[in-house]
Amino acid sequence: MCATATPVPYTRGTPGPMPAVASALEWVESRFDWWFGPEANPWRHLGALGFHLFWIVAASGAYLYVVFDTSVAGAYRSVQWLTLEQPWAGGLMRSVHRYASAAFALVIVLHTACEFIRGRYAGFRWFTWVTGVPLLWIALASGVVGYWLVWDALAQFSAVATMEWLDALGVFGVSLARNFLTADTVDDRLFSLFVFLHVGLPLLLLLGMWIHIKRLSRPDTQPARSLAVGTLVALVVLSAVAPVTSAGPADPSRIEPSLGLDWFYLAPHALMYETSAATLWVAAIALTLLLAMFPLLARGARPSIARVDPGNCNGCRRCFADCPYGAISMRPHPDARIGAELAVVDPALCAACGICAGACPSSTPFRSMRDLVTGIDMPQLPIDALRARLREELDALSTTRRIAVFGCSQGADIEGLRCADTAVVGLLCAGQLPPSFVEYALRNGAQAVVISACAQDGCAYRLGERWTRERVRGERKPSLRVRVPRGAVNVVHGARRDRAALEHQVALVRARLAAASSDAEAIHG
Amino acid sequence: MASRPLALIMQALLYAAFAATIGWFSSNPTYRHLGEGEALLKLSFSHPGQLRSDCRRRTSEELQRLAPNMRQEMDCPRERSPTTVELHIDGALLAHKEVQPAGLSRDGASTYYGRFPVPAGEHRLVVRIDDSVRVPGFNHERDETVRLEPGRILVVDFDPAKGGILFR
Repeated sequence: MCATATPVPYTRGTPGPMPAVASALEWVESRFDWWFGPEANPWRHLGALGFHLFWIVAASGAYLYVVFDTSVAGAYRSVQWLTLEQPWAGGLMRSVHRYASAAFALVIVLHTACEFIRGRYAGFRWFTWVTGVPLLWIALASGVVGYWLVWDALAQFSAVATMEWLDALGVFGVSLARNFLTADTVDDRLFSLFVFLHVGLPLLLLLGMWIHIKRLSRPDTQPARSLAVGTLVALVVLSAVAPVTSAGPADPSRIEPSLGLDWFYLAPHALMYETSAATLWVAAIALTLLLAMFPLLARGARPSIARVDPGNCNGCRRCFADCPYGAISMRPHPDARIGAELAVVDPALCAACGICAGACPSSTPFRSMRDLVTGIDMPQLPIDALRARLREELDALSTTRRIAVFGCSQGADIEGLRCADTAVVGLLCAGQLPPSFVEYALRNGAQAVVISACAQDGCAYRLGERWTRERVRGERKPSLRVRVPRGAVNVVHGARRDRAALEHQVALVRARLAAASSDAEAIHG
Repeated sequence: MASRPLALIMQALLYAAFAATIGWFSSNPTYRHLGEGEALLKLSFSHPGQLRSDCRRRTSEELQRLAPNMRQEMDCPRERSPTTVELHIDGALLAHKEVQPAGLSRDGASTYYGRFPVPAGEHRLVVRIDDSVRVPGFNHERDETVRLEPGRILVVDFDPAKGGILFR
């Protein structure tokens, strides 16, 4: 075990409001990484999976709409015809439509819960979080109205329950539930309204989803092909094995005492009848306010945002391309050179992750200036301080075998790794590390470099670990130079809880260096 | 990542678990919202009560106090009576409700909707409605014995134009 040197001030990212649950979620995610791979791990791509399911629902719904009869008598008949006369097409489409809708509800609730557990709802993320809250209700309303179109006993139950709930608000002047009192009061125009709602609400949902991801650069809206295909196949197989059928036709003079509820969408009806309409209103309003107010409740000190130095910004656009939150725009450079541009940071969008500083070609530590000033930098941990820290750490090592560890503040804690042969430098995000720092560390005495990044596709700042991976592989600018031996660089992915795995990786590097050193001594005599 | 065969087996199992979860909770467990052997009474009406007061002729002093364009000889208040309803089943009071007319001037309809699960079987229903403050007591009443099978919805409505208290 290494002796710990004097620790340097180093701010770790917060693990979210429920650290134990977050750790359990990380464990689940890491298991799924094993089986699905990070790029197809559903837990890491719940938002993208939601988009995928939305499109499945939309496509299957379009087919159903073609043959749907918007009349009281025709609605049930047309859906029955689809189900019974066309089981291989219409029936399958109906089942896929319903099961994909249920999966969509499940996925968006899980997406909300996971983002909350990870603590990703406050600060610069407030807009994305708050715009997601109404989507939950719009999705619920879209699904509930969809049930009414079948106009079976379940549809009647749901429609009446919804109207009774709305009536409890007491603002409509008339009783909406009276529209379903007898067979005479349910007319064809009502079904035109249902269809309008069932098409209009999903369109509103789509608009809301677009607004929801508006502040993200390269939003994750398409899952990996294997995840997309796997999900679709699972839904089709489910539809074939357990095709959806209707209950008996709706009859306002009768009520089915017990019903097979779709608990993904119709659970509020059960809650209302088990308590009261007023209770359901209070619960719905309280939940909405609570979700919407999370960003306010979690407000803390705002970290310093990225700062551009016009004298060192050459308008290369790399920070603009790499920023995960679209916080950087390019404007004409004030020095009036024709065509020259300058990066400009939007304070409201900046996540203070430092990925832009890692992307800046001016962030190379090989520049000879005493105070290293780069084009775009983080005031709380500037590139100059990183270089000084690295030098200081390397100089403090007392062995000939030396390892430099760069670590993301959102991933596994690296502080305990510091010892006689291991220098430790903390970063705001792995993406803050300019690749030239790897070469700089190797040229200044390190025999190996370890970069500790967040789990693959699980970056706290969305793209930091991906950019780091691609830069080290030479697939993305600024890239690690070709002449740097790739064997000396190790990118280790891991979540906050994966500290032991990181220690193991560093131990492996240490052992490899020791073996290489023994081999060299044997060769040289 | 796990070996490819193991990964594929685990993926298949997890997709199956996902599909099973979706399939099961899409229609299970069943929800019973009405007791075994129960029927449902729905008491509902949307009815404008009778006017609270008749028109009256304004005095010449009153007319003089009004602006020239407002000098209508007859004063006809728009406010309507609240509608009070009582529903008795087998001699027991099941519901009693006084419903105020809608609108700022209380000149709209009084609307009520209530649902009451009751045991199926034969019941004597007495419905009384009072829609006028100028007539003491209930001015509409229906007393009838009905037979309700389990799962039957009986609507008790009120529409004077169609015969008063309606059982539908």
